[in-house]
Amino acid sequence: MSGVVLHVQALELRRGARGVLAGVSFQVPRGELVALMGPSGAGKTTILRAVAGLEPFHSGTVQVEDLAIDSGAWHKPTTVRALQRKVGMVFQFHHLFEHLPAIKNVWLAPVHAYGMPLRDAERRARELLAALGVEHRASALPRELSGGEAQRVAIARALAVDPQLLLMDEPTASLDPERRMELRDLLRGLLRDGRTLIVATHDEEFARGCATRVLRVSEGRVFEEG
Amino acid sequence: MIAALVPLSVGAVETDREFIWAGDPEGGAPFVEADPAQPDKVVGFDVEIANLIARGLGRKAVFLNITFTSIDQSVERGDAEIGLSGIEDTPARRATMAPTVPYYQFHEVLSVRDADASRFRTLDDLRGRRVGTLGGTIAYEILLRAERELGIQAISYDDDVHPYSDLVIGRLDAVLLDNVLAERRRRALPGFTIQPQSVAVGHYVGVLAAQNGPLRDAVNEILRAAMQDGSLESIFRKWGVWSEDQRALYARVIAGEAIPPVIGLDALSGATLSGWEAAWRYLPSLLRAALITIVLSCLSMGLAVVLGVAIASGRVYGGRLTRALLTGYVEIMRGTPILLQLFVLYYGIAAAIRLPAFAAALLGLALNYAAYESEIYRGALEAVPNGQLEAARILGLSERQVLRLVRGPQAFRLALAPMTNDFVALLKDSSLVSVLTVLELTKQTQIFATNIGSWVIPGLLCALLYLAMSLPLAALARSLERRWKRATA
Repeated sequence: MSGVVLHVQALELRRGARGVLAGVSFQVPRGELVALMGPSGAGKTTILRAVAGLEPFHSGTVQVEDLAIDSGAWHKPTTVRALQRKVGMVFQFHHLFEHLPAIKNVWLAPVHAYGMPLRDAERRARELLAALGVEHRASALPRELSGGEAQRVAIARALAVDPQLLLMDEPTASLDPERRMELRDLLRGLLRDGRTLIVATHDEEFARGCATRVLRVSEGRVFEEG
Repeated sequence: MIAALVPLSVGAVETDREFIWAGDPEGGAPFVEADPAQPDKVVGFDVEIANLIARGLGRKAVFLNITFTSIDQSVERGDAEIGLSGIEDTPARRATMAPTVPYYQFHEVLSVRDADASRFRTLDDLRGRRVGTLGGTIAYEILLRAERELGIQAISYDDDVHPYSDLVIGRLDAVLLDNVLAERRRRALPGFTIQPQSVAVGHYVGVLAAQNGPLRDAVNEILRAAMQDGSLESIFRKWGVWSEDQRALYARVIAGEAIPPVIGLDALSGATLSGWEAAWRYLPSLLRAALITIVLSCLSMGLAVVLGVAIASGRVYGGRLTRALLTGYVEIMRGTPILLQLFVLYYGIAAAIRLPAFAAALLGLALNYAAYESEIYRGALEAVPNGQLEAARILGLSERQVLRLVRGPQAFRLALAPMTNDFVALLKDSSLVSVLTVLELTKQTQIFATNIGSWVIPGLLCALLYLAMSLPLAALARSLERRWKRATA
């Protein structure tokens, strides 16, 4: 359970003429919860997307465990997919599958991408929903869920495929203070379970309440907080 | 200005007044055809008879181009004073219009492939076989009766050329039509034999509106005079269709004998029935035709959906060449008339691939609608938010799985309402396949209307049947739309 899960090195990414990431390098050891902090537009989300294999970068490498991808990997969809199998992501707007009830959102990938028997996948999905306190919403469609419930279902969906690294983008953006506390406790729980997380947020208080380490993002670079 | 002109027109000879007559040059020689030397002029024996009548009335003949099957209605509306285009004397016309005395006698004759000449001599020999003819004619009435009594299969065409080409390539086993049409066709197309035995005898007449009795009587006088002085004979001789039958007919007409509309067959069709009696009699065949319409529409739509999904997927996911080819297909299918596509599919490629009529109709509608469906699906696929796709990819689903499990189902919901609308449109467009001899609802209605000489009741029944099929679909479309709006609100 030790070692480095994520190793990002000299990551550069441009959109048109504008440089978004200008040489980002950092490491995340197993069992840490790293908070990526910084103002809006600093590049937090872009870093998460690059690590998740959702955004092509121009140079540098992203290594998750023993799998490294560089800028050339975008021409090899299988490599990107292999990376995506190691990384889970909870989006700011959740992106739950609108046409499927909560429980099916959770077991879809285990069954279809990982070949888990439906009965096992469904049981595991129910356990995850229960652990996150939304089991009673299992048959609700995403549009019927509150913001907090949708986020918990999205976390359950991400955990269902057991990723080595879980990324969360602005998880507190749509939560009231009480829900924010609940989420903090939930993330602490995940940390206790030995999970490795990166949380992009500009919520200082929240970050301090659960992160084991804080990285500052500014002008496309990452700085270790002293 | 008008006052200044009046004295002039009063003083002018009557020849300045126009005598408008209706005919269909698509019928071709020897009746009416565009003059090969001057395509804006028409020639044919009916043209010469029209001129002869106009001269007799002291007026100037003016030709009006009307589709053959609409000549009666057009004359009734007053677009033209008389219709002359190889128009048959039928009980229905006598009941609803004012036909002239007959001016030409013809035989309904069977044509069969040369190889079948010795085994298919009469309708009796054709039990269980496909026999074609022009719709809305006495020949078709005869075939419908033979269908009931002998179990032949009557196939209705919109023109008198394709029955013969379909006979030669084997889609039909026989054609029943006027000897005039049969002989003309045989000169152009080898491979079939005209049987000498006459199935029935009929006559060509001019047709006038029912209230135009006095004009009809004047025309009859002119025709009788032309029978007597030999001018009709010389017209028919000039066009190579004179026969001694005509001399006997003229003698009877001049003598004032009553000529029955059809000889060799007892009273035909519903002209003697009241409209509602006729409706009752035609209802089973209308229902049968409605069944064909709905089955054809459902199967075509099913195929169009499958093809549309494939085309849309190709255009969204395919390489540059695939995308270009599929875009080309969509633009060609949307940019050319579906009628043309149906013709090409059924008649155009018949030399290479001989599709049965129903299969060609199904395929034609499906190929055309697939282009429209694919555009709906492409739009719907592109409307699924990128976040949904990224969420699926990050969970480890392959692109194919993303399409099948996430993007496809969501796009399908967006496409459902426009798709249902298209299905309603297809239901009505399916009437076009009557050009391929598929007897669907509109065609059956047209036959019904021609036979009873009125569109009121047949039109009403036909509209009711279409509405009975399309209204539930429209309601379904609306409810799907409502549900989806709620879902995305």
